Parts: sequence; structure tokens; C-alpha cells
Amino acid sequence: MAMTFESILASIHPNREALSSVRELLLANAMMIGEIPAPTGHEAERITFITNRFTEDGLQNISIDEAGNGMAILPGKSPQKNILVCAHVDTVFHQSVDHAMSVTGTTIMGPGIGDNSLGLASLVTLPEILKRLGIRFDSNIILLGCTRSLGRGDLGGIRFFLDNNKLPLQAGISVEGIQLGRLSYTGIGMLRGEISVSMPSAYDWARFGASGSVAILTKVIQRIMEIPISSQPPTQIIFGSINGGTSFGTRPTSANLRFEIRSEKEGMITELKERIIDITEETENLSEAEIEFSVVAERQTGGLGYGHPIVRSMRKILETLEVKPRVEPSVGELSQLIERGIPSITLGLTRGENKNEFNESIDIRPIFGGLAQLIALLQSIDGGLCDEQ
Amino acid sequence: MSSKIDKWLETNTFHHGEFWDILKLVEEKEKKGLKISLCIPTLNEEKTIGKEIVIFKSELMERYPLIDEFAVIDSGSEDKTLQVAASFGADTYLAADILPEVGDKRGKGENLWKAIYQLKGDIIIYVDADIKNIHPRFVTGIVAPLINNDTIKYCKAFYDRPMAYSTGIRSSGGGRVTEILIRPLFSLFFPELTSLIQPLSGEFAVRREVLEKIPFPIGYGVETAHILDVYREWGLEAFAQCDLDQRIHRNQSTNALGKMSFGILQTFLNRLKSYGMVDKLPEMATIYRQFQAEGNRYEQLTREIVEYERPPMITIPAYREKFGRSETKKD
Repeated sequence: MAMTFESILASIHPNREALSSVRELLLANAMMIGEIPAPTGHEAERITFITNRFTEDGLQNISIDEAGNGMAILPGKSPQKNILVCAHVDTVFHQSVDHAMSVTGTTIMGPGIGDNSLGLASLVTLPEILKRLGIRFDSNIILLGCTRSLGRGDLGGIRFFLDNNKLPLQAGISVEGIQLGRLSYTGIGMLRGEISVSMPSAYDWARFGASGSVAILTKVIQRIMEIPISSQPPTQIIFGSINGGTSFGTRPTSANLRFEIRSEKEGMITELKERIIDITEETENLSEAEIEFSVVAERQTGGLGYGHPIVRSMRKILETLEVKPRVEPSVGELSQLIERGIPSITLGLTRGENKNEFNESIDIRPIFGGLAQLIALLQSIDGGLCDEQ
Repeated sequence: MSSKIDKWLETNTFHHGEFWDILKLVEEKEKKGLKISLCIPTLNEEKTIGKEIVIFKSELMERYPLIDEFAVIDSGSEDKTLQVAASFGADTYLAADILPEVGDKRGKGENLWKAIYQLKGDIIIYVDADIKNIHPRFVTGIVAPLINNDTIKYCKAFYDRPMAYSTGIRSSGGGRVTEILIRPLFSLFFPELTSLIQPLSGEFAVRREVLEKIPFPIGYGVETAHILDVYREWGLEAFAQCDLDQRIHRNQSTNALGKMSFGILQTFLNRLKSYGMVDKLPEMATIYRQFQAEGNRYEQLTREIVEYERPPMITIPAYREKFGRSETKKD
């Protein structure tokens, strides 16, 4: 008999308590995953670990696709529906970084433990968790470790999967290690761009008004900062990194800016992109420098409404756990799922600190509430309680 | 000699990769009705102990029931070692509380010795608590040879110490104390034992029938004493060793290694005495034995090092003639 939403909510606390029995399995997975370096584009070893775990748990359709994604199916009882549970595999840390994890009684510390070793560990431990709780879904659960998610990877893994996947997806859940309470149901519009200024070899440094690449790039930045931006819906331009020149008195011949625009306003990304192209072209014409603008990654604003059943269910689940929802738009896997019309959300499993720093850490205790939340959401989707009327 | 060592290297030296199938080990262990215990001796290891327990418990007890019990035996840590260990469900003991009637001595060897009384296994595995890159292989690699082969009684871990090498061949070194002290001593007195690549490694698995019959120095000499005593009683065939790849741990200062060497030397000389070898030194060997590895194959490198001595110059007639010196005779 199908569960009611009330009975699902009522099972959250008992599940949370029961889940402490998988503590060592989950934490061992999180640490063993975390100790395998996986900078974007070099995720193969982590994917091997994950797919080995899928094999040990007797899952079906275990495979590694052309984009390097690792996936498996936990078969349902009457599999008319497929629910995707995904977590990104890559990290911001270079292979040479010391990836050793350390655990105290209450926390685990190490690069990438929250983003996203714990998320991945929940993915590979989920079959055992469900077995211990005696839960079997009607739907197939597709477990997917996504590669090339971050930075220049530009969600390459999930894009490839969604472009080539033949199974109809009822819903998607993107799992992040931190923060518990995270509730993302909209994809934020985003553009990652790079502006490179270089001086032509025939440039006349002696002429009046001649300036180097750094000064010209500064003018470009100044002009971008002068673009009027409304505060609501929020739009932000982040100048992430700048490089140029070699020394104090040497004329700089090249300079480079990396920036990211984020906007919740529909159409804003395209509008800003056009403005920036105008600025670079105009500055190029005035300065005789060569200015190149390239888009590294781009995605458009979109998402579910606050009242969508899947969002409403998540809010109730978090309320039951007495966790305040932190609504934030996502630039991750969620944006691709939403762009393809698959109702999806991103959630977090526990509290953590120093994300993407060498001393990144997570709290162990809240994880069990985070997992109970994931299970309750899967039960709600599986039971058809998140379908739009 | 060399052919015996080469044969032993061929048959009794393993790589942990050979034992990736933990399920197979569990089946073999159950077929033979073996019970296996794991002991982690500790002293102020709060930074690394938690991870060791989580990973061993998860992978070697819950996922694959290879280990039947494991215990942390502590020498009296002043940090949170025992608290952290207990929080992840490990059985924790103070060495002083085990067999109180024999008294309490401080040292790692004491913990290893008392583990024989406290734990019930037919095989006891010892793993140090300071390993940063802990992984199930640190247990499976050293216990598998004992599970699979009844004649092996004592299996040691050895590690690939990362050294720059440009060809496929790399020198396989032990630690500094091994290379400077142990290997020269073994080359001189017990050449067969030079085939142990890292005789001092803190990870080893031993059958109870051996552990209960050998004495335990409580300090730095425990590993050396074990090797000498097991070798004397059961021969080289009783040993095996397993390559566990990299081990990351804190490095010790040269000062600390000096103390360690002093302790080891005491143990070694005591053994020479008790074996009646002090006034009956064997023919002094001149072959120094080291190892090199190519892939997972190890071979012995032997070098003849003869310390030829010249007499005092005064005994040479040409010298005396040139300088008008005469050889003075001692009374």
C-alpha cells in the first residue's frame, strides 16, 4: 500500500535514529572517496571506486559512459518510473594536494569532504541504507556520479548523460555534502567569461597615449562596472581572477580577466553578455590592442515554482527535521535537469565549514538527518506525491 | 644462499593487489575455521586513530567479516585517543589493566604482548596507529598469506618509499634505521634475514602458536627480537612479506632514530649472547645485501665489501729505510 505523506513524515525521526548503524560504512566511503584526488577532467579513479561499490552491492546496469560518468540502477518493484539521484565527482583540488582525511569524534576534515565526497558517499551507501531500513521503491533509482561539473568542466558529465539517456526521468535529486537545509529548485542564470588583452607586435610604444595591456584591461573592467544593474531580482558580476605583466617596469603585453555573472532575472545574462561584447569591441578599436572575449560556460535562468509539489514536500521534510530551509539557486547539475524540464532539487546532507579550502570539514551527527531527508523525498516522489496535478 | 633467498622472494613475497578479493579471503578463513583479531597499539594518536577504526570496522567487519574482533590497546595517552576510538565503537583497553598481576611497563612491545592475552584470535594482526593514508590493504595484505598458506607463520608489511627514479627499476629501501643498522647487521650475522625488505615495519600478522612462545622486548627492539627468534625456531620459510605500496606517516628526527638504534642494538646483542654466538662468531660475511624492485618483482643486489687492512707503515722496510726509522718492539 502506498504511503501517505503524513506517514513518510512520521518515519523521518525513526529513520534518522536507525541510520546511525550505517555510520562507519558511510564515513569510510566518504573518506576513501575523498582520498582519491579528482580535479575536473581527472575523475576516472574515483569513478572506478564508485562503480566497484555498485558491483559489490549487486546493482544493475553498472556502467561508465563516454563522458566518464559512473552509473547504476537500483531496480524498483514495478519500475514504470525512474528517479535520478546524482552527485558531482570532481573537486577544485589539484592532484598534488595532500588529500588525507582526518576524523575526530564529531567531525571529518580534508579537502573536498563536504564538496562532494560526502554527497558521493551517500550515493554509494544508499543501496545498503535502504536495505537496512527495509525500504524498496516501486521506481528504479538511477545513481549517477557526474564528471566535469565544476569550472571549465561546465557540467559536461550531466549534459552528456541527459543528452544520451534513454530512460524517462520522473524527477532528479542532486546531492551535495553541505549544507543541510539547502533547498535549490531554480537554476540561476550564469555566464563564465574570459577577456584577454594582448598588444600586437607592431604596437608603437613611443606614441602619445600608448598604454600596456594591464591599463587597457583595467579600462574594460571599469566600463563593465559602470553597467547599471538592478538589485531585484539579484544580479551579480564577480571578477574572479586577473593576471598580466611580468615585472615593475616592463611594459605588459598581455593581461587576462576571468569573471562570472550570476542572475536570477530572465534574459539578464544575454543582455549583459551583449553589453560586454560591445565594451570589448569598442575598447579594441580605440586602443589598437587585441581584445578577445570568450564564454567558458553559460546557462539560463529557470526553475520550479516555490509551490511545486516537490519543493513543498522538501519544505515539509525540513520542517519535520527542524531545519530552516536555505533557498538558493544553483549553477550545478540542477540547472541542466531543470533546463530539460525534469522536476528536480538540490539538497545538502550536513553542516560544514571552509568549503573548498584545505581544511574543509563536516559535522558527523547531522548527516543522519540529512540522509533521512533524502529517503523521505525519494519516498514522496516514488509514491507520486510530488507529481504536478 | 642467494638461490634460497631468491626462491623465498619468489614464493613468499606478495603484493597487496593479489588479495583484492576480500570475499575470497573470508571464505578461505571460514573454511579453515580461523578467528582473526586486530590490535592497534596507541600512544597519543588522536589525529589518525578515528579514521583507522572507521575504515577497518566498515570494510573488514561490516562489509566483509574478515576480522572477528579488534582492540585499541593504549599505553596511557594524554590526548583524546581513547575517547575518539570509543566513539566509533572500538574496544579500548589500557595496557596497564590487562594482566595486572604481571605489572605495568611502558612501551609499544608491552601492548603487543598483552594483546595476546586479551584477544582471542588464532591470528593476531598488529597495525600502527599513525598511518595517514589508512586503507583496508594494510590488513588484507599481511593476513592473506597466513590465511592461504599454513606454513607461513609471520607476515610483515613493506612499503614503496617514494623515491625519484627514471627507469623501471627502483631501489627498494627500508627506513633509515633498517638501511644503516639492521641490514648491515643481518648481512654479517644472519644473511637470510636480509630478504625481509622492511624488518622494522609496525604492521605484521602472526599466528598465536608463535606469539605465545616468543619473548617481547617492550621498547624499540620488539620487531628485531621477533624476527631473530622466529627465524631461529622456525626458519626463513615461516616468514612472508607483502608490499602495501605507500605508507604516509610522520617522520622521526635523527635524534629519535639514534635512540631507536640504541634499543635495537641492545636487543640484537642480547640475542647473540643468548644464542651463544658472542665468542663463536660465524665466519665474517663480506657480502652486503640490498634489494631492487622492477614492477612487483624483487631481486637481491649483492655487493662484496671487503674491509682490507694495511699494517702500520713502520712495519714496511722501505719506509724505515727512507726515513731512517727502526721498528720499536713492544715489551
